[in-house]
Amino acid sequence: MTKTFAELGFEGRLIAVEGLDGSGKSTQIYLLKRWLEMRGFKVFFSEWNSSALVKSATSKGKKQNLLTPTTFSLIHATDFADRYERQLLPLLKAGYLVLCDRYIFTAFARDVVRGCPPAWVRGLYSFAALPDITFFFRSHLEVSLNRILDNRPTLKHHEAGMDLGLSSDPYESFRIFQGRIFEQYLAMSTEFNFVVMDANQRIEEQQGLVRRLVENRIDLPTFTATK
Amino acid sequence: MARKTKSAPTNEAEVLVPKVTPKRFFGLGLPGVEVEKLSGKLIVVEGADGSGRSTQIARLIQWLEASGHHTIQVGLKRSSLVSEELEAAQQGNILSRTTLSLFYATDFADQLENTILPALRAGSMVLADRYIYTLMARDLVRGVDEQWLRNLYGIALVPDAVFYLEVRPEKLVQRVFAKQQALDYWESGMDLGLSRDMFDSFLQYQSRMRDTFRRLQRHYGFDLIDAERPVERISADLQNKIETVLAGG
Repeated sequence: MTKTFAELGFEGRLIAVEGLDGSGKSTQIYLLKRWLEMRGFKVFFSEWNSSALVKSATSKGKKQNLLTPTTFSLIHATDFADRYERQLLPLLKAGYLVLCDRYIFTAFARDVVRGCPPAWVRGLYSFAALPDITFFFRSHLEVSLNRILDNRPTLKHHEAGMDLGLSSDPYESFRIFQGRIFEQYLAMSTEFNFVVMDANQRIEEQQGLVRRLVENRIDLPTFTATK
Repeated sequence: MARKTKSAPTNEAEVLVPKVTPKRFFGLGLPGVEVEKLSGKLIVVEGADGSGRSTQIARLIQWLEASGHHTIQVGLKRSSLVSEELEAAQQGNILSRTTLSLFYATDFADQLENTILPALRAGSMVLADRYIYTLMARDLVRGVDEQWLRNLYGIALVPDAVFYLEVRPEKLVQRVFAKQQALDYWESGMDLGLSRDMFDSFLQYQSRMRDTFRRLQRHYGFDLIDAERPVERISADLQNKIETVLAGG
């Protein structure tokens, strides 16, 4: 689908944030959510990969390293479809402001880096409408990486892109993998009309920009919750 | 008498080495698969429950093994990755259309990559108890977009032979009752709300499935097999056609 929810005549609006782990996007969408809630609007927040049913299969697949690029892609598409059809669509029909921490672009970037044909992945997600606003938090790759890696986290196999055989060291693999995902995001910026944010600015500066842009592009008072 | 040995296991020591023919994917295919290394044959048997699929597959395996070909069987909802979750989802009837469709595709892809392709690489015969056609037909009668499905199943390998065992719905319902006394919720298409009456719904649903299969047949060009004939006649028919495939035809 190449239309946004507004273009399709939905009453609701969808705002998505995209970017690398450690780019600060979750902080920004959280602050946006708080602001919108405080002003009494109908807001719903949705995270990538959170539906219960598919979770058991995903974790099993990840644990046993059963997943190939194709099944990895399909199982996440299944998970997304479940959330989309059962949660996002009804809320958007009911006139909600839906905030998504990651949307289909996360899959586009990640699956293509894993070797799935771009046209195939896009076709897979073509049942989903485009966000009304997509913020891309563009950080310096090194800054994002350090923010994640400084705590020496235990990186999960797929999270580090270990299945790609980029390096036997999970941290090194993660760096290369994230670098490639970053390139994919950049390549999609124009195509999907991303609002590119400078993620190296102060949190407050970024949030100010986010709020102003949302206010300009969306007629917020129409989203006032009825008591 | 010489011709008759075809359907019965032969006593000859001679084993025919199947001719390798080029393989391809329906669409964009799978990353990293070298199709020229797939020396086995992929044979698909499609048909509704009660069309005699299992019987025919069992007979084909017997015959292929007796003829010296290593044969493995695959089917829907049998992947190690998601088959349990899929079963649970179907029992609860809680997933919406696109989700269920993608779930089935995941199951299919897992078997394709982890079972079908390795077997074909090893030169085995792969007998598939239903393939993407059933998955597509089920979705098509439920209004899923055909272009979307074509892209989705562009990952599938084009089989060397596809047989659709066709039985009229009126006959099918009799066969199902002869076997199990009750109609299955999904095989009756009860989720479509065609009729509250299960018998009625079964007939309507199965005739829609048959129409859809015929439409798919025109597009994909597989073999329509009259499955209302005696079991032996059908077997002989299938074996004949598979022999041609093995000879590279």
